[in-house]
Amino acid sequence: MTTRPAHRTRPSRSGCSVRRTPRTRAAGAGAVVLLVLGASTACSSSSDDGSSPARGDTRVSGTVTVFAAASLTESFTTLGERFEKANPGTEVTFSFGGSDGLAAGITSGAPADVFASASPGTMKIVSDAGDATGTPATFVRNRLEIATLPDNPEGVSSLKDLTDAKLKVVLCDREVPCGVAAQTALDAGGLKLTPVSYEQDVRSALTKVALKEADAALVYRTDVRAAGDKVEGVDFPEAAEAVNDYSITLLEDAPNAEAAEAFVAYVRSDGGQRVLADAGFLTS
Amino acid sequence: MPADTSGTRTGTRKGLRKGSGPRRRRVGAAGGQGVPLPLLLPALLALAFLLVPLLALLVRAPWQSMPEQLTSPAVWQALRLSLVCATAATAVSLVLGVPLAWLLARTDFPGRGLVRALVTLPLVLPPVVGGVALLMALGRNGIVGQRLDQWFGISLPFTTAGVVVAEAFVAMPFLVISVEGTLRAADRRYEEAAATLGASRFTAFRRVTLPLIAPGVAAGSVLAWARALGEFGATITFAGNFPDRTQTMPLAVYLALQSDPEAAIALSLVLLAVSIAVLAGLRDRWLTAS
Repeated sequence: MTTRPAHRTRPSRSGCSVRRTPRTRAAGAGAVVLLVLGASTACSSSSDDGSSPARGDTRVSGTVTVFAAASLTESFTTLGERFEKANPGTEVTFSFGGSDGLAAGITSGAPADVFASASPGTMKIVSDAGDATGTPATFVRNRLEIATLPDNPEGVSSLKDLTDAKLKVVLCDREVPCGVAAQTALDAGGLKLTPVSYEQDVRSALTKVALKEADAALVYRTDVRAAGDKVEGVDFPEAAEAVNDYSITLLEDAPNAEAAEAFVAYVRSDGGQRVLADAGFLTS
Repeated sequence: MPADTSGTRTGTRKGLRKGSGPRRRRVGAAGGQGVPLPLLLPALLALAFLLVPLLALLVRAPWQSMPEQLTSPAVWQALRLSLVCATAATAVSLVLGVPLAWLLARTDFPGRGLVRALVTLPLVLPPVVGGVALLMALGRNGIVGQRLDQWFGISLPFTTAGVVVAEAFVAMPFLVISVEGTLRAADRRYEEAAATLGASRFTAFRRVTLPLIAPGVAAGSVLAWARALGEFGATITFAGNFPDRTQTMPLAVYLALQSDPEAAIALSLVLLAVSIAVLAGLRDRWLTAS
C-alpha cells in the first residue's frame, strides 16, 4: 500500500455520521440504538479501506468514531475537521444523539472509540459497565439561558419574569438532563413555574421558541448560540447553580485507540477549548 | 318508508353472514393437513416476529413494583387523557370523514383521483411530519393559526384540543378509506329506490345509505380510534407534553424510557391491555351481530 499524499481529498463523511435534527428526534427512541449500531458498523468497515498504516510513533491514522451528545454537534463537527487537517490520514466520524441513547449503544457493544456525554450520570452508565478507560474527564461545562423571541418583545429579564401566567414557557422534561438543570435553577431561585409543555429534549424546547409557538424556554447557552438570530438569550444568575459537566473518555474496546487518544487530547487542548468556548461552552 | 329501511337492514345482515361464512371455512382448511413447509415456516416466523416483542414486555415487566407503578396518579391522568382524546378524535373523524368518503365514492368531479390520493397521504406520512405541518398551519404563528389567534384568541398548540387535532389528522384517513370502500361495495339501487319514492339525496343518505354502510363505519372508527390512541409523533410535535393536558400514554412511555425503563414497561403494558381489551370487545360484538 502506497502512502497517500497529504492533500488527498477526504472521503465523504456523510455516509457515516448520524445527524439527528431535533425534529426527527421525536420519531422514536427505540430507533436510536439501531441507528447508532448500524452507523458505527458501516463506519468501522469503511475504516478498513480508508485507513493507511501508521507510519511512525507520533503519527496517527485511520478512522476515529466519536459518539457525542447532540448539543456538541456544531462544535465537534468543527473540531473533527480541524483534527483531520492536523493529522493527515485520519478521519473522524460522528454519531450525535441523546447521551442516554448513545450510552445504551456503547454498553450493548457499538464499536466506538470516544464517548462525549452531556451529563456525568450518563457517563457513569458507561464507566460502570466497564466500557470506559480510566476516569472520564470533564472538558467543558454548559449553563442554562433563557431563550426568548427575537428582540425580546415580552421584556424578559429574569427567571422570575417567566412565572408570569401570560407567558407561554416551555421546559425540558424532568426526565432529561436539561429538565433536571431547569428544575435546579428554579429551586435555587425559590420559584415555581408552570410551563405549557415539558419537551423531550433541549433542542425541541428551543424549536418551540424559534417557531414562535412559545414565548420563552430554558435551554443551554450553546443552543441559544447555535440558533443564531432566531432567538435571543437572556442570562440569569440562578443558572450558576445548574451547570452541566460534559465529560469525554476513550472507550475500552476502541477499534482505533491511538488516534482516539489523540482526538481526546485535541478536544482538551487550547485550540479545541477555543472552538468550544466560541460555541458558548464554559471552559476552565 | 320504515318498511323499506328495515328491509335494507336485514339485507345487510344477510350479506355479512354470507361474507364471513366462506372465509371461516377457508381458515379451517389451512389449519388442517397438507400445509406446504415453505409456507408454514415463514408463517410461523411471522407469528413469532409479531408476538415475541409483546411477550418480552410481559417477561421483563417489573411485576413486584407494578401495583405502585400503576396506581400513581400520573399514569391514570395519561391513560384517561389518551382515551378521551382518541375518542374525541374519532368523533371528529366521523363527523368530517364520513361526508368526505361519500363525496369520494358517490360523486364525480375533476381531479377526484388526486383528491383521494391526497386524503390518504397522512397514512404514509411520518407522524412527525404531520406534526410539523400542523404547526405551520395551525400553530400560533401558522398560516391559519395566526388568524385563529388574532380573531378568536384560539391557540391550539399545548392544549388538549391540539392533541385531538393531531390525532384526528393521522386517524381520519383510516376512517375515510374504510367508509369509502364500503360505500363503493354497497348496492346503489336502494338509494335509487328511496329517491324514486321521493326522498331527497340527504334523506336517502341518512335513512338508507348510512344504515347500509354501518359495519364499514364501525370498522373504520375502531381503526381510527386505535390509531389515535397510539399516536405519538404528531402529538408531541404539535401539542407538546404537559401532564393531564397533552401528555398521552405514548408520550408518557417515551419520556419514562429516558430515565426509568421499568416504568416505561409498566405503562406499555397498560396500553397493550387497553388495546387488546377494546379490540376483543368490539370483535365480539361484531361477530354476534352478524
